[in-house]
Amino acid sequence: MNAIEARGLVKIFDGFRAVDNIDLLIPEGSIYGILGPNGAGKTTMLRTLLGIIDPDEGERTLLGSNDPLSQSPFVGYLPEERGLYQSMKAVDTIAFMGALRGMPLNDGREKGRILLEQAGLAHATDMQIKQLSKGMAQTVQLMGTIVHSPKLIVLDEPFSGLDALNQAKLERLIREQAANGVTVIFSTHVIAHAERLCENIAIVANGKISFDGLVETARDRLRPQVHLETEALDGSWRKALPDGTEAEGNWWHFELPETGVEPLLEALIEGKAGIKSLSIERPGLHDAFVSIAGEAVAAAMDEEISAGELL
Amino acid sequence: MKETLRAAFVIGRRDFTAIIFSKAFFFFLLGPLFPLVVALIAGNLGKELAENRDTPVIGVMMDEQQADQLIKARETLSKQMGPNYFAEIKLVDIDNYDALPDPQSLLTNSDINYAVILSGSLEKPILTGTENSLRQLNASVALLSGYASNAQSTNLPAVQTNRVKSSANRVKDLRQTTGQAGMIILFMLTTLLAGMVLSNLVEEKSNKIIEILAASIPMDAVFIGKIFAMLVMAFVGIIVWSTMAYIGVSIWGTGIPNLPTPAVGWPIFLILGVIYFSMSYLMLASLFLGIGAMAATVREVQTLSMPATMLQMVVFFIAIFGANKLGEPIEMFASIFPFSSPLAMLSRAAQVDILWHHGIAIIGQAFFAILILRIGVTMFRRNVMKSGSGNKKKHKFFGLLARNA
Repeated sequence: MNAIEARGLVKIFDGFRAVDNIDLLIPEGSIYGILGPNGAGKTTMLRTLLGIIDPDEGERTLLGSNDPLSQSPFVGYLPEERGLYQSMKAVDTIAFMGALRGMPLNDGREKGRILLEQAGLAHATDMQIKQLSKGMAQTVQLMGTIVHSPKLIVLDEPFSGLDALNQAKLERLIREQAANGVTVIFSTHVIAHAERLCENIAIVANGKISFDGLVETARDRLRPQVHLETEALDGSWRKALPDGTEAEGNWWHFELPETGVEPLLEALIEGKAGIKSLSIERPGLHDAFVSIAGEAVAAAMDEEISAGELL
Repeated sequence: MKETLRAAFVIGRRDFTAIIFSKAFFFFLLGPLFPLVVALIAGNLGKELAENRDTPVIGVMMDEQQADQLIKARETLSKQMGPNYFAEIKLVDIDNYDALPDPQSLLTNSDINYAVILSGSLEKPILTGTENSLRQLNASVALLSGYASNAQSTNLPAVQTNRVKSSANRVKDLRQTTGQAGMIILFMLTTLLAGMVLSNLVEEKSNKIIEILAASIPMDAVFIGKIFAMLVMAFVGIIVWSTMAYIGVSIWGTGIPNLPTPAVGWPIFLILGVIYFSMSYLMLASLFLGIGAMAATVREVQTLSMPATMLQMVVFFIAIFGANKLGEPIEMFASIFPFSSPLAMLSRAAQVDILWHHGIAIIGQAFFAILILRIGVTMFRRNVMKSGSGNKKKHKFFGLLARNA
């Protein structure tokens, strides 16, 4: 069964098509990444899928139901803009979020204590949210998102605002949940996170999904890259290099030809090119992303990341 | 529906505990104490005045000589008994009337509010009045008449009493007072409390918690939970205040004002008062929450609170204007128009003892409250959450009233 299905989803804000005819299948029990720059429509898409807002056109099902809110007890959602009641205690916040999803308040408190202890925040259990640091408050909200042991966890930009240590913690948590058979969906504009964690991804740009499937498949869309360094600069071996080869001094960069690596090697050796170094790289998700979503979108995302790092 | 109510309970429980355990709530409870203290002080100052005014008046219809004797007797005896012991004595100005007036009609139609009318002679006094006032004044009239006719005699004349039933008109007038008092209390409470709902969604919106709520539970549940949390808080306030008022009045005050019994009787009147307060509150709170939910900032909410209060004033004036005109179009309108209906119907309860129309009114008000709530939720989802129009969802609970949801 699919955790989420969407057909022809459209969401218009004041004439702007934030979500533009999206079809999506997210299988159960996977880590699914939604990749795209800010403003691509990721958040709107997630909010529509979760039933926070209704779409203008199209249909969606969440855990098999077309009334997403009816599945509330089985879903956990961490919104992009975090927010909690400032004067509530950490443990009460977790219990309250669990109660919203149908968990009895006392069970939520008990589980909240355990979760906080596991996260190394036992000392913050009875502290008010306003007394916590931003990172701690985020952790509390994350605990509140999973306290009721949901079958589907949706995290909107969960890594933003976290330091490297907490990012690693969050990655571990996502892996743990997935290992228990929970479907985890998260959106990000950082390709590296998606690459490390996801089996499946959807690439979103301008309200549309430009790719949807396995990370492998996305990568396989590109031929492996060959990086070659030779002693000679010219010779008969040059004919073996495919069209579109980039020359850079003694370096040659080109896509691996369809015929494979052996004919190329033979030609190089016979032509006495004098191979100083040769590497064949599988393309990364970033390269795949560039080829799928286009240079402009990729550049926009790189900018966001470096801007984010400056902050 | 069950799920919506469960979720509403979760929301309501959080709101209620958040309010109750805040320091501000203490001041909220203390708030009405300030005017109460002022009222008590003012009440004590006015006490003597009030006592003078409340001294009953005996209207005397005798010949002038005997009346003079009676007044002199009162003056003499008052020196011993104190100035407030005897009722005031006033001569009925017979010249104003063509014929000798009937004592009974004097009681109901005169400008002066006579408690009793004394006629006949000093030897054979006839006292006309209601049972209550006769019992109260019988002895002192006998004493005065006896003393006036013969200061030495210890034999007091037998007073012939002429009992009148209090006229229907009079009771109706008095019951209107009860109705109006009920309306004023009801209005004050709803004005004080419903206005607080205006700002109720601002915290969630500015904190972005609304996203968590909207992702987990229906928006109806958020609205219902918030409104009922405030209703329960209002009841806590009312219970505390009325206890304080009761204690205050029994310690320092002149006792609880002696309002005439309402037509439906006190227990039912009080129950209706609680129900009508809840209804009035629920309707206004639904409206205000809906309006407040549209506001983006606290500043906007503050700006909106003035027109909201004005709206309540208008409703109140409609109701109070109609209160004394039972059955007239303005009163009918006030009873049917949902916002003024609780006020007008409470006034009715004081004046008429028919019960069935309260049932209809309460059901109507409840439906209207739900309707406003649903409109508020729909507007909120549409304009604030920017929810789409497609993929219409069927609402099980409010299906009957959901038009655009």
